[in-house]
Amino acid sequence: MSRIIVVTSGKGGVGKTTTSAAFAMGLAMKGYKTAVIDFDVGLRNLDLIMGCERRVVYDFVNVINGEATLNQALIRDKRRDNLSILPASQTRDKESLTQEGVERVLNELSETFEYIVCDSPAGIERGATLAMYFADDAVVVTNPEVSSVRDSDRMLGILASKSRRAEQGLEPIKEYLLLTRYSPERVRLGEMLSVADVQDILSLHLLGVIPESKSVLSASNSGTPVTLDEKSDAGQAYRDVVRRYLGERVPHRFVEEEKKGLFSRLFGG
Amino acid sequence: MPPQATDPSASVALEIKSGSVNLLTLKLADGDLDRVAKQLTEKVQNAPEFFRNAPVVIELGALNTRQSTLDFERLSALLRSLGLSPVGVRGGHGALNQGAESAGLAVLAERVETPAREAPKAAVPKAEATLTTLGGGSRVIDQPVRSGQRLYAAGGDLIVLAPVSAGAELLADGNIHIYSSLRGRALAGVQGNLSSRIFCLDLQAELIAIGGHYQISENLEESIRGKPVQVFLRDGALIIEDL
Ligand SMILES: Nc1ncnc2c1ncn2[C@@H]1O[C@H](COP(=O)(O)OP(=O)(O)OP(=O)(O)O)[C@@H](O)[C@H]1O
Ligand SMILES: [Mg+2]
Repeated sequence: MSRIIVVTSGKGGVGKTTTSAAFAMGLAMKGYKTAVIDFDVGLRNLDLIMGCERRVVYDFVNVINGEATLNQALIRDKRRDNLSILPASQTRDKESLTQEGVERVLNELSETFEYIVCDSPAGIERGATLAMYFADDAVVVTNPEVSSVRDSDRMLGILASKSRRAEQGLEPIKEYLLLTRYSPERVRLGEMLSVADVQDILSLHLLGVIPESKSVLSASNSGTPVTLDEKSDAGQAYRDVVRRYLGERVPHRFVEEEKKGLFSRLFGG
Repeated sequence: MPPQATDPSASVALEIKSGSVNLLTLKLADGDLDRVAKQLTEKVQNAPEFFRNAPVVIELGALNTRQSTLDFERLSALLRSLGLSPVGVRGGHGALNQGAESAGLAVLAERVETPAREAPKAAVPKAEATLTTLGGGSRVIDQPVRSGQRLYAAGGDLIVLAPVSAGAELLADGNIHIYSSLRGRALAGVQGNLSSRIFCLDLQAELIAIGGHYQISENLEESIRGKPVQVFLRDGALIIEDL
């Protein structure tokens, strides 16, 4: 039995693709057979963040249209051979995704993979609703600011009504909050909502807090999911997230401002 | 703590409320105004008190297939001469409506049947949200009500055990109970039950309304914000009281 996880947000640019790549890699590092699918047809960039953009031959839409088999389109990760990427098409428009087509591809993936991570596009249009329709779990990526929280809330409403699980009266999608680009310092300055504020508004199980980190940019520039960067705070936070998702109890980190070291305390650094 | 009448304050010169008003409907079976004048005059003379100053809506539905114009000036003058006051038309097609408009009559929307319409429309610009009508009297909701969701308890109370987000909307023919935070909108008694109430444990609402009498967030007094309160109508004024 495979589990389908949608990474969604409503608002754009909050870190869905970064999270999809890091989360899928994290699951693979834990030994699970994992596939990650780019639902952002027309704006593909999961393949860039995964560092496989030069190996794309066929894509998701080709498979849906029967122009390629799933095996022809899947790209196996060079670092982890239990991780595969199904890239999006850059040339098609979003209308090429059909519900039957998506269902067929997911069913076929389920035969091989234990986890299927769906990187949703922003918005509440077709690509986003299809990415969530078949999901078992939803990771709602939210930045600590009002508009992002509001859009996540809206997305949660759609998740609760427009999914296969909702329509068939099955157990609802499990919803998790992932707070990304968090900066305790900016929270202290009142420029950002705190973890508590966001949880109060969304009342959702907190899967993790990913700090705002320069390592995310350098990871995506080099096509390496940040989970692979052991020194990165964001990478460590994503590893924690995967462990929590898999049921381990892991305390939250990166929520408080770092204590200043002796040196900076003495010299006011 | 004494109840707080939240409205009207001395500096408020007007208040816009939505509500339903009963109007007489004059259903025109044909457009021959001579015949209309004759028959209507008889009717009014039979019951002058009933018709005195009554506002009237002219129903044009039956004329649509028969004619493209009507002398609305003359019709209005006729109604006024009989002591009626014509307010508008409804049910007509484009050309008829245009004629009515140039004669100073309002073109009314088709029958107001959905309870949501009874809500203050100017304050409810939630076009894209879909209304979920929960049949069967009172309903209990134990999941958060999210932005964009609209729940309507037809014919009963709506009881919510989880937070109601900003951008969410609750409607009920009866009372609304929220055993959590209310950050969205709550409209009780939407079919006109003025004795319905709203109860919530943490009032941060965007809008609260009872039977069409409403108040928006901006006008909520700071002293009751974030508090457990009940909301009810007394003498046409919305009262918000600590629980
Ligand atoms: N924790 C973080 N720290 C710093 N920068 C981040 C972090 N997470 C994401 N970013 C940056 O934010 C930008 C948007 O990230 P990403 O592409 O993952 O968002 P998205 O939600 O997938 O966007 P879209 O809605 O366009 O698909 C990128 O430049 C990324 O490097
Ligand atoms: Mg993306």
